[in-house]
Amino acid sequence: MNEPVRPRPLTRAPLSARSDRTFQGLILALASVIVLVFVLSVYQLGRESWPALREFGLSFYTERTWNPVSGQFGAAQMLIGTLVTSLAALVLSVPLAVASALFVAEYAPKWLANPVGYLIELLAAVPSVVYGLWALFVIAPILGRWQQGFFADPANVALYTRCQDLWNSGQTTLQCFFVPSAFDGRGLALAIIILTVMILPYTASVARDVIRLVPADQREAMYALGATKWEVISRAILPYARAGILGGVILALGRALGETLAVAMVIGDSQEIIKSLWGGASTMASVIANQFGDAQERLHRSSVVALGLGLFFLSVAVNFLARVVIARLTPKGIQ
Amino acid sequence: MSTPLLSAQNVSIYYGDKQAVRDVNLTVQRGTVNALIGPSGCGKTTFLRAINRMHDLTPGARVTGRIVLDGEDVYGPGVDPVTMRRRVGMVFQKPNPFPTMSVFDNVVSGLKLAGVRDRARLMDVAERSLRGAALWDEVKDRLKTPATGLSGGQQQRLCIARALAVEPELLLMDEPTSALDPASTARIEDLMTGLKQVTTILIVTHNMHQAARVSDTTSFFLNGDLVEHGATDQVFTSPRDERTEAYVTGRFG
Ligand SMILES: Nc1ncnc2c1ncn2[C@@H]1O[C@H](COP(=O)(O)OP(=O)(O)OP(=O)(O)O)[C@@H](O)[C@H]1O
Ligand SMILES: [Mg+2]
Repeated sequence: MNEPVRPRPLTRAPLSARSDRTFQGLILALASVIVLVFVLSVYQLGRESWPALREFGLSFYTERTWNPVSGQFGAAQMLIGTLVTSLAALVLSVPLAVASALFVAEYAPKWLANPVGYLIELLAAVPSVVYGLWALFVIAPILGRWQQGFFADPANVALYTRCQDLWNSGQTTLQCFFVPSAFDGRGLALAIIILTVMILPYTASVARDVIRLVPADQREAMYALGATKWEVISRAILPYARAGILGGVILALGRALGETLAVAMVIGDSQEIIKSLWGGASTMASVIANQFGDAQERLHRSSVVALGLGLFFLSVAVNFLARVVIARLTPKGIQ
Repeated sequence: MSTPLLSAQNVSIYYGDKQAVRDVNLTVQRGTVNALIGPSGCGKTTFLRAINRMHDLTPGARVTGRIVLDGEDVYGPGVDPVTMRRRVGMVFQKPNPFPTMSVFDNVVSGLKLAGVRDRARLMDVAERSLRGAALWDEVKDRLKTPATGLSGGQQQRLCIARALAVEPELLLMDEPTSALDPASTARIEDLMTGLKQVTTILIVTHNMHQAARVSDTTSFFLNGDLVEHGATDQVFTSPRDERTEAYVTGRFG
């Protein structure tokens, strides 16, 4: 008896097509969940901040007074605090990060490069609160000792007295900006230092990877023209890698803008105008962390959420800007 | 004959324990084009890169013997490889302009390394080098645009111009046309005859016709040995070694 022979492909093809469709559906569902979460959080943030925004309008983000007692809320001071701490940390950490990436990728022998690279990456894995404690117990006393040393000099005490008069009238000068206003080491400077260390691994590891990916023929072209190692780095490698490095910088900036706990622990939580590098200040994130729990009153609570909304849009804006800049800096059309 | 521009004496090159080039003796006269041919992996690139000390950058690579360029041993004591490389230009297999620089900046990048800042001088050299590489007419109106906007063939001629700009005594070319279309290849071959006026060329090629067309002398490498070296006519029409004959007639390789 002869069984009729069935055409085999027919049974296989629909199966794989079906599983393709299932997979596609799954991916689509997951992607929609992400979009949904995004939309919901913006909606929720907007709804919760509505009372504050209705009360103060957009001047909520330009007004400087933040006074829960009198019910006056303006976020300008925290906005400035956020930008100042983040940008200062960026300025300090980017050269360090690029230098460490160059060391790992270009200078260190392999047996040293890998452990050092790993250690730098490990910095990103340390929890915020540990950084905060480290800042309070290790760095703050060092700064505090320096501040006490500063006041040991009578001339500096006189300077301090003059600056204090200025500060009390809500002003400062460049000189007074660098005069310590406290003795315990906490404040704006400590926040900048700790942020610098915290964001370093982001820029450093991205920079290291993109530097390693610079094609050998780019390096060789520069060497063959009679370049020293440093000239190869500065004229061939860094220009080629600059867009990627900038990507790492933006990642770090995003991290710095939103960093909450460590900054909240060390910055001194002052909502007054920033008068000294060593004085207290606050960022949008640190105010949220320090005040959200105590904000019983409706307007206060809503204002804290509105800070979060502002921070959210600030981060989105930074990321958008970053994409534009990176796209413009990326080398194109290499044969 | 005058003293040769380049003479390699008992040159051996090693990657770690592995010997890639064995005891090569070779001289190159000024103002000539010299082809290095041979099957893949026979050591042509390795030999070429020894001349401008590119192996200094490869961990484990080692060169023994003497390579004398214009009377000076390039591996001699006290020779700085950085300044030494300025006397030798190099063109690579794949066009590799600097993608973040303009056409102009690419051409003058070697001069800038040498410390030349004078705009007029840079402009002068850029024009002369681009003319030398037969690219001037095509790019003279877009010197300030990114080099990567050029076609592959134009990019390779840009790389030639970049190498010419420092007025090298010797120009090393490692399969400069292997990534290009026939028209671009023909343009670059035409170029080489003219370049003999200003420099001396050592070119690696897999293309027998190219070697026969452009070169004055030909060196045939096989498994790290220099099997035969002589006038191109002689190597192609009456080779002394039967392995050379087998290769140039296409029986292996
Ligand atoms: N960086 C390196 N490390 C170790 N071995 C190498 C290295 N570069 C080349 N070799 C080896 O040296 C030998 C010669 O290589 P080379 O690149 O000089 O050949 P080639 O003649 O240029 O070949 P092709 O025509 O394919 O370019 C080969 O066996 C190759 O595997
Ligand atoms: Mg080769």
